[in-house]
Amino acid sequence: MSEVLPRPGDPEITPALVREHGLTQSEFERIRNMLGRTPTFTELGIVSALWNEHCSYKHSRNTLRTLPTEGAAVIQGPGENAGVVAIGDGVAIAFKIESHNHPSAIEPYQGAATGVGGILRDVFTMGARPIAMLNSLRFGSLDSARNRYLFAGVVKGIGDYGNSVGVPTVAGEIVFDPAYDGNPLVNAMCVGMLREDELIRAKAEGIGNPILCVGARTGRDGIHGASFASEDLSEASEAKRPRVQVGDPFTEKLLLEASLELIRSGHIVAIQDMGAAGLTSSSAEMAARGDVGVTIDTSRVPVRETGMTPYEILLSESQERMLVVALAGHEQQVREILFKWDLTAEVIGKVIEEPVYRVTEGDRVVAEFPGSALVTECPRYDVPAEEGREAIARRGIDVGATEERAEESDATWTLLQLLAAPTIASKRWAYQQYDSTVRTNTVIGPGGDAAVLRIRGTNRAIALKTDCNGRYVTLDPRVGGRIAVVESARNVACTGARPLAITNCLNFGNPTRPEVFFQFREAVAGIREACIALDTPVTVGNVSFYNESPTGSVHPTPVIGMLGVIDSLEHITRSTFRNVGDAIVLLGDCTDELGGSEYLATIHGAIGGAPPACDLEHERNLITALLEAIRAGVVASAHDCSDGGLAIAVAECIMAERNSMLGADIDLGAWDSLPLRAVLFGEAQGRVIVSSGAADQVLEIAARNGVPARIIGTVTEVGEGLAIRAGGKLLKVGTEQVAAAYHESIPRIMDAAPQSAAIEETEGVTV
Amino acid sequence: MKFGIVTFPGSNGDYDAFHAAADAIGEESVYLWHKDHDLKDCDVIILPGGFSYGDYLRPGAIARFSPIMNEVVAHARRGAPVLAICNGFQVACEAGLLPGALLRNASLRFVSRVVTMRVENASSMFTREYFKGQVLSIPVAHGDGRYTADSDVIARLEGEGRVAFRYCSPAGTISSEDNVNGAVNGIAGILNDAGNVLGMMPHPERAADPILGTTDGLGVFHSLLGGVIA
Repeated sequence: MSEVLPRPGDPEITPALVREHGLTQSEFERIRNMLGRTPTFTELGIVSALWNEHCSYKHSRNTLRTLPTEGAAVIQGPGENAGVVAIGDGVAIAFKIESHNHPSAIEPYQGAATGVGGILRDVFTMGARPIAMLNSLRFGSLDSARNRYLFAGVVKGIGDYGNSVGVPTVAGEIVFDPAYDGNPLVNAMCVGMLREDELIRAKAEGIGNPILCVGARTGRDGIHGASFASEDLSEASEAKRPRVQVGDPFTEKLLLEASLELIRSGHIVAIQDMGAAGLTSSSAEMAARGDVGVTIDTSRVPVRETGMTPYEILLSESQERMLVVALAGHEQQVREILFKWDLTAEVIGKVIEEPVYRVTEGDRVVAEFPGSALVTECPRYDVPAEEGREAIARRGIDVGATEERAEESDATWTLLQLLAAPTIASKRWAYQQYDSTVRTNTVIGPGGDAAVLRIRGTNRAIALKTDCNGRYVTLDPRVGGRIAVVESARNVACTGARPLAITNCLNFGNPTRPEVFFQFREAVAGIREACIALDTPVTVGNVSFYNESPTGSVHPTPVIGMLGVIDSLEHITRSTFRNVGDAIVLLGDCTDELGGSEYLATIHGAIGGAPPACDLEHERNLITALLEAIRAGVVASAHDCSDGGLAIAVAECIMAERNSMLGADIDLGAWDSLPLRAVLFGEAQGRVIVSSGAADQVLEIAARNGVPARIIGTVTEVGEGLAIRAGGKLLKVGTEQVAAAYHESIPRIMDAAPQSAAIEETEGVTV
Repeated sequence: MKFGIVTFPGSNGDYDAFHAAADAIGEESVYLWHKDHDLKDCDVIILPGGFSYGDYLRPGAIARFSPIMNEVVAHARRGAPVLAICNGFQVACEAGLLPGALLRNASLRFVSRVVTMRVENASSMFTREYFKGQVLSIPVAHGDGRYTADSDVIARLEGEGRVAFRYCSPAGTISSEDNVNGAVNGIAGILNDAGNVLGMMPHPERAADPILGTTDGLGVFHSLLGGVIA
């Protein structure tokens, strides 16, 4: 071990300084014990960067360990930059979803853009060529000018970054709910493709191998960004805007091409993104994975500002940088590849035998930790969990007794209200700002049940979708966790894909509050149950805690990113009706369940009741039956029945593609014993609407798999509109009217109403 | 016929153009690196879409100084075909191969969707496989696609039949509603005065494979195959 002395000008280590670094007194004692002395300021910064929640998962790790992570297709499970699964023909898919919530809450454009940049790097550092982006977004109500500003800024940030890098943004979801006022969620998912033998891991190896800093220069931006993401958002957060990094997609594109070329060149042994907590976390994690020592000299890191201290260089979150371990003697070849792409690479350290993590500034040692203690000694907490009273009370509400509004006597009114509700309405305003067709693989782009990309050189395709209904999770986290998985699985199955594996991004409030940790623990349990039932292991994930604004926690939102595989291109299936005269079949059943529904939220402003039941065996059978029918060639279209219920799903089937609209004649008389609104707008799980020219065969396949199924109508000409007979009533409305409600709602709001960065008093932030 | 696709730093449509030429129409295709000076005996040069140099300064403004542009300009001066798509169209305007400029979309937003455009000139080496008035479905994906030029230039382009494509309704009618980016006269693509350089904002290379929904862009490639320069 070397002697480590404070640098001249270092502040004194006081309890206040320790607190400012987000470390508790007991964590500080842990550091002292690990070092056998008081840490220097630089060391304190390093530990604070690694032991914050965002990097260390200290509150979540014990719970996450319960998730199933293994399966025949899994090549790389949790612990790397991204998960990797085999899809056949020697092709593998690397994918991961990650949050950028806090930065986006105060600087939506850059926050979202750098979220895209970070997740792209996580995927291409595995050796995979990024082929698709998805994003899962949550905002408060669009009635607020601030929320319109956040929505517009986030969408533009995602678009500008992904478009420039040239990776198509193909799917996602956007939900608007007052629960996200002041704390939007921005989760970005990246999907990459590689040959199985091209996989590279971020594991430092080979004593004497040089460590290089590659890509952009290091500046003072984003210092402590990861710690910022590990605290509640508050009035003071606005003052932390400088902790938000600034993205440069052009450099990212060069870095992407250079990195893939480097990986294929054989001159390097490991590569890792300098993401959250920058150089510190990338170097410490690579060393810990390889079980070797490393030494880093901060004076050799290319910087773009003068006078940067080791502390600043280590903690900077400047974007578009990579840490590379090259083979000794191959430095020049590495430099040449980067030079081709107008990038630089500097040797800043090396892999050493001595089991230490050492940082020097020239010859002076400014920080040193024994072995991989920095990573392995990180505390883990099991905190109390207890369901909140509010959740129990909400779940207990008898929502079936909710008095109808006068307007509801005309079910058409309710239907049009729901279609225009921003959570249900077409998100085309947003996704039209994303290049969804570059790289010419997008068979089904945004707006379908799931995106479908063909895999060039094979007869296969992959299907991708993100999903989560936070209202369900609020009301019953275990059921909500299950539904997030099964809904995303149904979505990919509707395109003809068998669900293969998931990534997740678990967005919750402050875990030290027992009611929040209860939500987290139960939601993870629900995800676990569903993943086991569907045989879709979790390959990699991300946890975002502290999603709180002064008005309270967000809905607990465990977003699932689902990957499915379509084994033959002929099986690719779309969600909208295809042929006049086809029978419309409902797979699954209607129930009397309105709890947690979009109907209650939009029409009655209420969140209550139990979420719809989720029968995992039925979900599995449903997917089996659906895929069997698709493979038999008897399915013309398939659409998941979810937000807004059966009436909304049928409406989407006739007009979601506005240039090929149809009509539908529906009879739901079979469920006349149930309340009309539950039949039309209830969100019973386990349902898919199929159109078919051979309905008998669909019914036969369903019966054989134990799935209830029934013909509920016929596809008609567009001029016939939408006709639904239910509860002794006839709901009849023109397709064009339905389409206008659905397609024009968000453009009308966004193009007409002003946006404002100002935080409104009604959001309670300044009160 | 040999196709050469130029890769600038920040190009991202090079891959799609390569596959359209190589896979969809089965012709020999090579990538050309922007720092090189060698067109590798290619018959057709494609300036592809993307964000060359990150669109910094102005789309296309820096790429036109890339070394290979000397050879591309010379190739065009010889009357050999240059197909300039999206960012390539912007580069071609900056390089003086085509008149006018591409401004920020009127909506001020990036737009990615399938549009319809009408074939206005069906006799050029890029369009002779189409018929005049034919309506094509074709993807656009750009933030700066609003074609503009001074009124004399526009009058010449219109008068000399050098407007190759114009945004239109699915029925082929022209209106501001169907003008996806606010271009002057709804112009989607233009030819140079010799007719051997085509600049267009829509992406024919993304409309060349049946599985992707439309093959209406194939005509551009097939037209070129019909016989290169005299």
